[in-house]
Amino acid sequence: MRNTVLAATILAFASSPGLAAEAPEVPEQDWSFDGLFGTFDRASVQRGFQVYKQVCSNCHALRFVAYRNLEAIGFSPDQVQAIAAEYEVQDCCDDDGEPFDRPAIPADAFVSPFPNEKAARAANNGAYPVDLSLITKARANGPDYVYALLTGYPEEPPEGVELMEGMYYNEYFPGHQIAMAQPLWGDDVEYADGTEATLEQEAKDVTAFLSWAGSPELEDRKRMGVKVLLFLIVFTGMLYAVKRKIWSDVDH
Amino acid sequence: MAAKTWNNPVVAWVDERLPIFSMMNSELVDYPTPKNLNYWWNFGSLAGIVLILMIATGVFLAMHYTAHVDYAFASIERINRDVNYGWLMRNLHMNGASMFFIVVYIHMFRGLYYGSYKAPREVLWMLGVVILLAMMATAFMGYVLPWGQMSFWGATVITNLFSAVPIVGEDLVVWLWGGFSVDNATLTRFFALHYLLPFLIFGLVFLHLWALHVKKSNNPLGIDIQGPQDTIPFTPYYTAKDAFGLGAFFIFFLFFVFFYPDLFGHPDNYIEANPLQTPPHIVPEWYFLPFYAILRAFTPDYILFWPISWLMSAKLAGVIAMFASVLILLFLPWLDRSPVRSARFRPLYKQFFWIFVATCILLGYVGGKPAEGIYIPIGQAATAYYFAHFLVILPLLGYFEKPKPLPASISAPVTKSPSGKPQAAPAE
Repeated sequence: MRNTVLAATILAFASSPGLAAEAPEVPEQDWSFDGLFGTFDRASVQRGFQVYKQVCSNCHALRFVAYRNLEAIGFSPDQVQAIAAEYEVQDCCDDDGEPFDRPAIPADAFVSPFPNEKAARAANNGAYPVDLSLITKARANGPDYVYALLTGYPEEPPEGVELMEGMYYNEYFPGHQIAMAQPLWGDDVEYADGTEATLEQEAKDVTAFLSWAGSPELEDRKRMGVKVLLFLIVFTGMLYAVKRKIWSDVDH
Repeated sequence: MAAKTWNNPVVAWVDERLPIFSMMNSELVDYPTPKNLNYWWNFGSLAGIVLILMIATGVFLAMHYTAHVDYAFASIERINRDVNYGWLMRNLHMNGASMFFIVVYIHMFRGLYYGSYKAPREVLWMLGVVILLAMMATAFMGYVLPWGQMSFWGATVITNLFSAVPIVGEDLVVWLWGGFSVDNATLTRFFALHYLLPFLIFGLVFLHLWALHVKKSNNPLGIDIQGPQDTIPFTPYYTAKDAFGLGAFFIFFLFFVFFYPDLFGHPDNYIEANPLQTPPHIVPEWYFLPFYAILRAFTPDYILFWPISWLMSAKLAGVIAMFASVLILLFLPWLDRSPVRSARFRPLYKQFFWIFVATCILLGYVGGKPAEGIYIPIGQAATAYYFAHFLVILPLLGYFEKPKPLPASISAPVTKSPSGKPQAAPAE
């Protein structure tokens, strides 16, 4: 009897809606920017930019990144200028006080695909494609999560899953129903450096790019951190020696 | 103490008119300190240094922060991305808040273990409790400033607690918000107060140190200083020891700042505040979790709530309990009836102390979990024990516990006999 109650309790916990809505565990990936000495793999981040530009940016904004920031991942000033010039921004104002359109310059932030949230929702079946500037920081285990999400679309949803209209099944999205159709399939872009554009490769590259976009200071931060900690370890060791010397005449 | 004579004529001239150098000398250099303080005594000076660091980094952040619902989130990103070393200032400030609480909690538990709150140091202890309250208010308001999802919803949940106050509750909340929801008026006043309160804390710390220097430091033996043989001057002995402690602390602190700056934060706070979308779990910062668990323990069927259920709602009881869990510390010097300070000589208290520490950690764990299933009864039991520790166990221990004999003096247990063996058995 007691065992039955126990089993029922465990079952009740396991199937409680609160737990079902929990985000599933995402598999861990190796990232070049992990660890104390991590750096961004420039080639991968540049390829990821290409994926963002050609695929993601059709719906997702990147409002906290400016074109000039691309120099940090290895683009030359001329390349950055050319990339920026592909986009139009509305400026204010000409000599008559009228707003006018001009090509973007490196100092401009990435041009958003939609002028505002309402326009974005109207174009996306009511769903709002989130800004990706901080996506890897705004999710637990961000880079792993983004990679898992992008590669987490099965060919068919598992049996018994009924999808709401306009929703797609994703293994790693909390609740499993996501409004974004599978964005990457493999061969969505042609990499300039000849890397084969498999789904996994594209997902990995674009995640590396978005991780850089979220934490552009990462390399400076870690490099300074190693120096600061090395200094502190030596300095604290010396402070300990000083303390020992000073206290050597005290009975304690 | 003989007045110090100064060789530098300018210093001597000033000191004769305003004896600031003499004061610094007597309080920071000559200041007699028990010679047997252990490393747990480092955390007071660490807390003071973290306070200064928080004020310094906070001033720089305030130069670049915009207190407006439309710009606050973006201004933080600007600090992280475009301001020279802005990411460093922000990481120091953000992690500094967590460090401040780690250091202060250890400092407080040290006081609990060694009975530092007992006569004649009651006022010193009570000032510390007021500092903790001011720190909590400051940290809460600071967490709202980045205007992320947890900022907004945390502010909404916590300010809504005041709606449980009878009769004026709803009006009180509107007054706190400066409107009908957490909005721009709330953000700007939180920013103003977040900038003001640290200076108030600074003043309180000054009083805390004043009270300390009047009655002098407690020590691991918990017995009084009997004469100069028990003390050493603060400088160079404790300045050197504190400097070493500071170095070790900075290694710990900066490891997070440089390598895991977001470990103590919540990912949702990198999503801009959205009043139309509630996060699945609203959790406060880790240092509030034990108090959050006490707040949530008060459900209508909680046994501690039954006796007062005719008087108030469970929500109000939870709010009162949460504040009471801190305020009860003000009465600690009188709740603990034992005349012996240090847990070293209190065999029963020593065990109850560690059970109390474990209870606080358990409360913190439960506070971070959703209020469902097994976490509810665990949180309720831990809450009951938390209050029982102060209201039942400590008063009773004073009568039933048989303390071990105290050493004759601070120097007695450490003065070594010629054989190298201590003369009196140290009370470890």
